Amino acid sequence: MKAKLNDFKINIMARSVNEGFLRTVVAAFSALADPTIEEINDIKTAVSEAVTNSIVHGYREKQGRIYIDAVLFSDNTVKIKIRDKGCGIEDVKKAMEPLYTTAGDERSGLGFSVMESFTDKLSVRSTPGKGTVVTLTKKITGKCE
Amino acid sequence: MRFDFSDKVLTVFLSGEIDHHNAGNIRQRTDSEIIKCSPTLLVLDFTDVTFMDSSGVGLVIGRYKLAKEIGCNTAVTGVSARDKKILMMSGLQNKIEFR
Ligand SMILES: Nc1ncnc2c1ncn2[C@@H]1O[C@H](COP(=O)(O)OP(=O)(O)O)[C@@H](O)[C@H]1O
Ligand SMILES: [Mg+2]
Repeated sequence: MKAKLNDFKINIMARSVNEGFLRTVVAAFSALADPTIEEINDIKTAVSEAVTNSIVHGYREKQGRIYIDAVLFSDNTVKIKIRDKGCGIEDVKKAMEPLYTTAGDERSGLGFSVMESFTDKLSVRSTPGKGTVVTLTKKITGKCE
Repeated sequence: MRFDFSDKVLTVFLSGEIDHHNAGNIRQRTDSEIIKCSPTLLVLDFTDVTFMDSSGVGLVIGRYKLAKEIGCNTAVTGVSARDKKILMMSGLQNKIEFR
């Protein structure tokens, strides 16, 4: 059985200036499990994608809040939930396809692909009109390559 | 962030963190430099970039498109292995040169 070793929650304004703060704070929390630099950077990148999506798509750069819930388990996995109460996603499967974007030129449509490739598990739950929860799970090996 | 223009080559020395929050400013400054200099080659130098997410892909593709409109090629250099992995997810390697 895996036990919960540590957890933290954040409730913060959905402003783009907080993107750097949030990926850094989640990385610092995960660092308690003694990860490699590579694993820390994977977490930073994946969190940055999810947080950016809440700001850009969920709230369409208007006001709202982001809720992060991170847990560290005894089997050295971190589970990070990033939640918004924004517009939600009509078709999650389609949204997760590589290169799919609803936001024009400067977005690449690769956010979910990046989250998938830099974590061990990505799950997305969304209700149109209610919001979106992205859960990232990452195993920390701490082994140096 | 710094620019160098010589022999019709515009080099953009990107630095720090490239995310959605910072991309807007980088985009505006780079675009006005491209328009001002009208180069034949645009080089985006990632050597001093400490973090990048998929916003960096949008940034590179957007500049590539603008450069192409004025007949200018685009190349990237100094890209770390992990940033390269992200940039290549978009198939960018078919459009621009990785140095
Ligand atoms: N939190 C969210 N709220 C609403 N829509 C979202 C959210 N996250 C992602 N999406 C939708 O999924 C699409 C794909 O997201 P992503 O892969 O990150 O690419 P991008 O952000 O470049 O558009 C977005 O264009 C958007 O339509
Ligand atoms: Mg995204």
